[in-house]
Amino acid sequence: MQRKVILPLTDEIVKNFRTGDSLLITGVIYAAKDTAHKRMVEALKRGEILPVNLKGQIIYYLGPSPARPGRPIGSASPTTSGRMDSYTPYLLAKGLKGMIGKGPRSKEVKDAIKKYKAVYFGAIGGAGALLSKCIKKAEVIAYKDLGSNAFQRLEVEDFPVTVINDIYGNDLYEEGKAKYQVKL
Amino acid sequence: MREIKTSDIIRTIAQLFEEACYYLPKDVYVAIKKAKAREESSVARNVLDKILQNAEIAANGEIPLCQDTGVAVVFLELGQEVHITGGGLYAAINEGVRLGYDKGYLNNLIVSRPTSDRIKAKYNTPAMIHTEIVPGDKLKIIALPKGGGSENMSRLTVLSPAQGRQGIIDYVVNLVNDSGANLCPPIIVGVGIGGTTEVAMMIAKKALLRKVGGPSSNTEVAELEKEILKRINNLGIGAMGYGGKITALAVHIETYPCEAGSLPVAVNFQCHSARRKEAIL
Repeated sequence: MQRKVILPLTDEIVKNFRTGDSLLITGVIYAAKDTAHKRMVEALKRGEILPVNLKGQIIYYLGPSPARPGRPIGSASPTTSGRMDSYTPYLLAKGLKGMIGKGPRSKEVKDAIKKYKAVYFGAIGGAGALLSKCIKKAEVIAYKDLGSNAFQRLEVEDFPVTVINDIYGNDLYEEGKAKYQVKL
Repeated sequence: MREIKTSDIIRTIAQLFEEACYYLPKDVYVAIKKAKAREESSVARNVLDKILQNAEIAANGEIPLCQDTGVAVVFLELGQEVHITGGGLYAAINEGVRLGYDKGYLNNLIVSRPTSDRIKAKYNTPAMIHTEIVPGDKLKIIALPKGGGSENMSRLTVLSPAQGRQGIIDYVVNLVNDSGANLCPPIIVGVGIGGTTEVAMMIAKKALLRKVGGPSSNTEVAELEKEILKRINNLGIGAMGYGGKITALAVHIETYPCEAGSLPVAVNFQCHSARRKEAIL
């Protein structure tokens, strides 16, 4: 069963998420990869403001392929989240409520997810055409010089994600594997 | 001598990469469909179902299968009776890659200076070109747009011969276990055993070109493929690492004679978006 979720996320919504939940999210999310993360964290360290107020927002680890004329965006599946691990706790401290990516997070990120009551979602790596269809609008709002890795505002509709890390400290990668592992 | 014009090579290369990034090979699609039928986890089944849907959407030719349209790997089997005319062969291949990536709205992912600024190059070149000279008067071209997620986890080791068959199994299985979700499972595992280190990795990559699950012609090696596949699928990693019975669609092993004191083992991973396309000129 896939539950529908309307963004932005709040504590009230996030507390109902459990590892393994399959959700369809609708609303605004932001696309950023490691280079955009590096700039955001450097800006924070200099005491500057971020391109957007991240409170309650979701960042999608995405560097899409070029959009064809008439389409908002090209192929759009997630990149490996581990590349963002060193930056993520800074953004969670600024109110970031969710991340969408693929692959496991570091202990520091998982601790910060729990501390700030945030959520880490998995999107299907390599399902870039299907996920692209769920993105209705895309607009570069910062770091334009990074090209496909620029900071983008995305409007998504019924975008499919799975809860990997919930606020209770659960982790789908560990639990799923333990459940289906065959011990010899 | 048979002449092949570089203009034909350019056009072929461009078409191969463009098509590879939109049309999942049929054998890969069928293997994922079969995996879905065998999968016990509903979460993993949902993932496999979406991967199949993704292939159907991409086949409209509008949106590539994955935004990671890869590094352009090209395998050539060049007949020794072929004479290439109209310019350099490798220049033609790179020109074809530039054209194909441009025309197909594919992602240019190459950085020219890997150790310094890592700024993206204007085109997705140079291609990684591997040429084999073979008898005959044909040119076989295989395009393999290789994504980073799975390639990043590929590894090489040289075991002691005493570690033998069990050592090989443990090395490959542990590598999959450590890489988990980052591989974008369900994966195809290419394994190269023997040769010198560079040959081992080359045959591991070539093993990925086989039709999914097509066993080695050597029965002993085919047995080893089956055993490693079973051990990998016992890990429980599942599609996208969400837990499940199917982590790998197939294990393909290629072997080569090696030195008496060595046992090189190379593992080259392929994500489920196993894009490849070939043509013969």
